[in-house]
Amino acid sequence: MIYLQLLWVFVKIGVLGFGGGYAMLSLIQHEVVDHYAWMSTTDFADMVAISQMTPGPISINLATYVGYTTAGLGGSLLASFALCLPSIIMVYFILKLFMNQKSNALMENTLKGLKPAIAGLIFAAGLSMMNTQNFVDFGRGQNNISVVICVLVFVASYFFKANPILLIVISGVIGFFAY
Amino acid sequence: MKKALQLFLTFFRIGAFTLGGGYAMLSLVEKAVVDQKKWIPTDEFWDMIAVVQSLPGVFAVNTALYVGHRVAGTKGAFAAMLGAIIPSIVIILLLATVFREYRDQPVVERIFKGIRPCVVALILAPSLRMIKSAKVSWKTAIIPIAAVFLIWWCKISPAYVILAAIAGSLIYAVIINRRETARLRDYETSRSPEVPKSRSQNEKEAES
Repeated sequence: MIYLQLLWVFVKIGVLGFGGGYAMLSLIQHEVVDHYAWMSTTDFADMVAISQMTPGPISINLATYVGYTTAGLGGSLLASFALCLPSIIMVYFILKLFMNQKSNALMENTLKGLKPAIAGLIFAAGLSMMNTQNFVDFGRGQNNISVVICVLVFVASYFFKANPILLIVISGVIGFFAY
Repeated sequence: MKKALQLFLTFFRIGAFTLGGGYAMLSLVEKAVVDQKKWIPTDEFWDMIAVVQSLPGVFAVNTALYVGHRVAGTKGAFAAMLGAIIPSIVIILLLATVFREYRDQPVVERIFKGIRPCVVALILAPSLRMIKSAKVSWKTAIIPIAAVFLIWWCKISPAYVILAAIAGSLIYAVIINRRETARLRDYETSRSPEVPKSRSQNEKEAES
């Protein structure tokens, strides 16, 4: 049953995952944390950090991790394969269908229209991780170090395009000394 | 078969050493596939990437599949895809096993208490950058706001939001396309009678 659920979840994400790894991250979060409750919100944050710091596509990393924690080695292979399955099917159909200019322009315009919605999707994923499980010292009358980390990382990432791996490492060091 | 093996090794190497996901990988793929192996000409490669970018799914996997398919058919597609994902799967499996073992250690817990708020910021930042790059105006700002409201507040699955957005932007794209072709037609019809007229005028001027 868990295998069927993993297959269904990741095939769905493979079909609807427009706009890169972060867009898929929000789909994965909804299924894994909210819908099936396979993971807590802190597990999810830890998983994203680990997937971000390791080489390879972040969505494959997430699929492997989710599959492994829910159903072991078999689950991890199944989840990664399920994520690729729609792409495999598409190679044969889309290649012939969309390699002409007219339909390609249509696809591009569609994706342009999708972008604002996908941005909202990703923002919602970030918002729903803003809770006291991930911000342990929030509202407890102590120094709000977690809020400080979040704001600083946001500024460094948004304005200065700082390397995310470096930011994760620095935050880990701050956490080690602060908590 | 030899080509399939080479494809596997090429994408394996790129998959094992590229941090930062699909787009970071792209220049390495170009270097290997276009410059070194000369499997695909440069312009054909970028035409292909333009199509692959607008497809759903994992960008790195899609790129591997299309390059592999173009170079060595079905065998090539699977070889390149496996090369692109196997390093990820192996590394994550190793890390997940280790992490499961040590996560309850107080030291690890302290480190991750610092990392979690960082992850939240790392998710929020690219979404706002995306809004900026999509040139969202005050009029179209309703789209991301509605998406956030539906998913975060109403707990509606992002899958439905994407489906609705696809439907909306497909209609929009069709209208845009039709408008553009109509404009092109108008432009051509408005221009064509002028051409002989101006030519005859020129001829008259030349005669006089």
